[in-house]
Amino acid sequence: MNLTLKIWRQKNQSDKGGFKEYKVSDISKDMSFLEMLDVLNEQLSDKGEDPVHFDHDCREGICGMCSLHINGKPHGPLQTTTCQLHMRSFNDGETITIEPWRATAFPVMKDLVVDRSSFDRIIQAGGYVSVNTGGVPDANEIPIPKRIADEAFDAATCIGCGACVAACKNASAMLFTSAKISQLAMLPQGQVERKERAEKMIAQMDAEGFGACTNTGACSAECPKGISLTNIARMNREYFSAVVSSENV
Amino acid sequence: MILDSKIPDGPLAEKWTKHKFNVKLVNPANKRKYEVIVVGTGLAGASAAASLAELGYNVKAFCFQDSPRRAHSIAAQGGINAAKNYQNDGDSVYRLFYDTIKGGDYRAREANVYRLAEVSVNIIDQCVAQGVPFAREYGGLLANRSFGGAQVSRTFYARGQTGQQLLLGAYSALSRQVANGKVKLYPRTELMDVVTVDGKARGIITRNLITGAVESHSAHAVLLCTGGYGNVFFLSTNAMGSNVTAAWRAHKKGALMANPCYTQIHPTCIPVSGDHQSKLTLMSESLRNDGRVWVPATVEIAEKLRKGQISPNDIKEEDRDYYLERKYPSFGNLVPRDVASRNAKYVCDEGRGVNETGEAVFLDFRDAIRRDGEDTIRAKYGNLFDMYQQITGDNPYQLPMMIYPAVHYTMGGLWVDYNLMTNIPGLYALGEANFSDHGANRLGASALMQGLADGYFVIPYTIGDYLAQSGYDKIESDHPEFKKSEKEVKDRIAKLLSIKGEKTVDHFHKRLGKIMWDYCGMARTAEGLTKAKAMIKELKKEFWTNVKVLGDNEELNQSLEKAHRVADFIELGELMVDDALHRNESCGGHFREEYQTPEGEALRDDENFAYVAAWKYSGEGQEEELVKEPLIFENVKLTQRSYK
Repeated sequence: MNLTLKIWRQKNQSDKGGFKEYKVSDISKDMSFLEMLDVLNEQLSDKGEDPVHFDHDCREGICGMCSLHINGKPHGPLQTTTCQLHMRSFNDGETITIEPWRATAFPVMKDLVVDRSSFDRIIQAGGYVSVNTGGVPDANEIPIPKRIADEAFDAATCIGCGACVAACKNASAMLFTSAKISQLAMLPQGQVERKERAEKMIAQMDAEGFGACTNTGACSAECPKGISLTNIARMNREYFSAVVSSENV
Repeated sequence: MILDSKIPDGPLAEKWTKHKFNVKLVNPANKRKYEVIVVGTGLAGASAAASLAELGYNVKAFCFQDSPRRAHSIAAQGGINAAKNYQNDGDSVYRLFYDTIKGGDYRAREANVYRLAEVSVNIIDQCVAQGVPFAREYGGLLANRSFGGAQVSRTFYARGQTGQQLLLGAYSALSRQVANGKVKLYPRTELMDVVTVDGKARGIITRNLITGAVESHSAHAVLLCTGGYGNVFFLSTNAMGSNVTAAWRAHKKGALMANPCYTQIHPTCIPVSGDHQSKLTLMSESLRNDGRVWVPATVEIAEKLRKGQISPNDIKEEDRDYYLERKYPSFGNLVPRDVASRNAKYVCDEGRGVNETGEAVFLDFRDAIRRDGEDTIRAKYGNLFDMYQQITGDNPYQLPMMIYPAVHYTMGGLWVDYNLMTNIPGLYALGEANFSDHGANRLGASALMQGLADGYFVIPYTIGDYLAQSGYDKIESDHPEFKKSEKEVKDRIAKLLSIKGEKTVDHFHKRLGKIMWDYCGMARTAEGLTKAKAMIKELKKEFWTNVKVLGDNEELNQSLEKAHRVADFIELGELMVDDALHRNESCGGHFREEYQTPEGEALRDDENFAYVAAWKYSGEGQEEELVKEPLIFENVKLTQRSYK
């Protein structure tokens, strides 16, 4: 395959940035999208040009480090991570537009690399059960119905890539935040801090500058792990029930 | 030089309990006077950082990724072992210990492995308390499965994403301590050097990957939880960023590197599809519970298959060779990883490989789907089947999967004593970064167990023993030793940027990987290793004269990051070859063709090689010095491993 790539180049956070066009040829359909970018980068390096910077690590679709807005969609045309997207999803001669995630809370560091530490701070605000190492009960002393465990798992499978934010017209982080709140709200281990958690994580989410949710559902539609919109509904319930009975806020 | 493993006296089952009593304690009020650096935020690093912060120590945690949650522990699929015996099927701490020692081909320390089995039960309790959603039975209790090489069901799992769930659990504990102000996080920061003052580890030099700033961080102890070095092979199941730099920098500062040649080649990975390949993807070996491994019985049929003249489903039952079931009737498809990998290589070397390159075997679910139905198989392995289809374009519900071995884990690593301390006082290595528990071969679902055992349940006890005795005098990061190391790091960066050669960093990495795979991979010979050593020396020279690293230091510069890592991989590669060449026996993941039984199994030489080979750096261009730590077996009898 021969392709034209329209890629966002930005030297650093303060640079204005802009699109630049590149051509790549002899791209195999079996290559992953990132391997195609590797080919481009080898080509650029050979010519002495600065390679395109992008985040990636595991290349197995689980670490959540890869991102990229491809032809207007986070992680490209399929509901998977960019590293699991293969070139068989594209056609010979196509022009592919590649941009970084766009959100105030995800500033661009260079080219396609963004800063997602705002997600870490949301988790730090309460995305945990406050247990220290040691002194916990035997694992089987906390029986959990399989259905609940499975549902909690579905929420816990979020990889924190930020596609939900990138897909949302409001750059809202509701799907990400609600996935963690849901997981712990459903499990018995999460009950003690349930209300406080919802309040604190949502407060942090707002403080980071993420937008509000208008129930469009783009986040869930684009989520590579298929995190369900019902988590947002659950988070809203959690939040309302927390604030009406709050002793903290 | 004599290595003291500091293994406590007494009966095996009492060593850890006694040791915990004998170690010195740090007064709770004094803990806040100590600073501990933790490098790496995978299972070992995140669990250690969180646990130490909970105790009251001040922790600085570093990772090169944008968030601690990205560490490659996240990609572990299959599960985590624990001797809970919830299934009433005969498991016990002793059995887990025995299986691990035997699985490691008798090249691990008894005392360490026993402790690992002992604390394994606490790990599951801890993770459940954190809200890790393990798989459950309908009655609400935890589910288990049998996993690679075990005849009991002791593996706890969370679909095919166990590593993810465990890491997110440890990351949540870490995040809580960040919020408490007890851990300061340094993401996108890479270790460039370890600093020692008066022979003790007192800090590290880092490079901020966004700004390029080279910085000094001082502490009372340094924990390297930096994972394995499988990427020395270029293609592996490791993440793209996984590297040996932290361990290698420590090695060059005097820390011994133990058993570097013990590499685990995982039997069930998606085969290489072409030269563009950047990494290999593992298919969890839990698939071997239901999938049957086979190749055509004859080369002729395999050829037809490779040319696309027939489909695998056309091949009749009598023309299929289920070679693992045939050769190992009692373990069948569940033989340990090294045995499964080597046998795949054999059948492919015979010309019976099943894909275009001839380097693949089938993993077939036809019979399992007939027996249990497609829905049951989907419930167990759905995400793995989807991943396979996404990468290969084939539907594994209809066609057998194709798999081939790939580099997955490195049992070797920094030498540590029973306290997980390297031979440099105050410098610790945890998780895959150390060498200690898996011997020459790691069993499935044991990596997660070891990472969390080290971080949650070993280091919180053992570090206190050192800190209590070393005092809490602070060393400022402008101490001359830090300034000296900073300068060395800056000089190295300047050197890499100034070469301005013709070949990219990846070019060198690929060449190194090929040398390592061809000569220091699944099967090794003295002749091949000798050749490899010369080739690596040549490659190193060429790298330092002809590598092209673009851009500047003072920016986000991924080619510079990679250049540092590849430079260290090249040096490590040479040591791995030395280690493989000196070990004139076959054991676990180290298979020397000269040393095999008439049936083609690994032939150990317990009389001459029942020791840990620890290597001491002797200076630029010098041969490393071999230091031996004898392995003493008081409880298990060394036997030829047999899975027949």
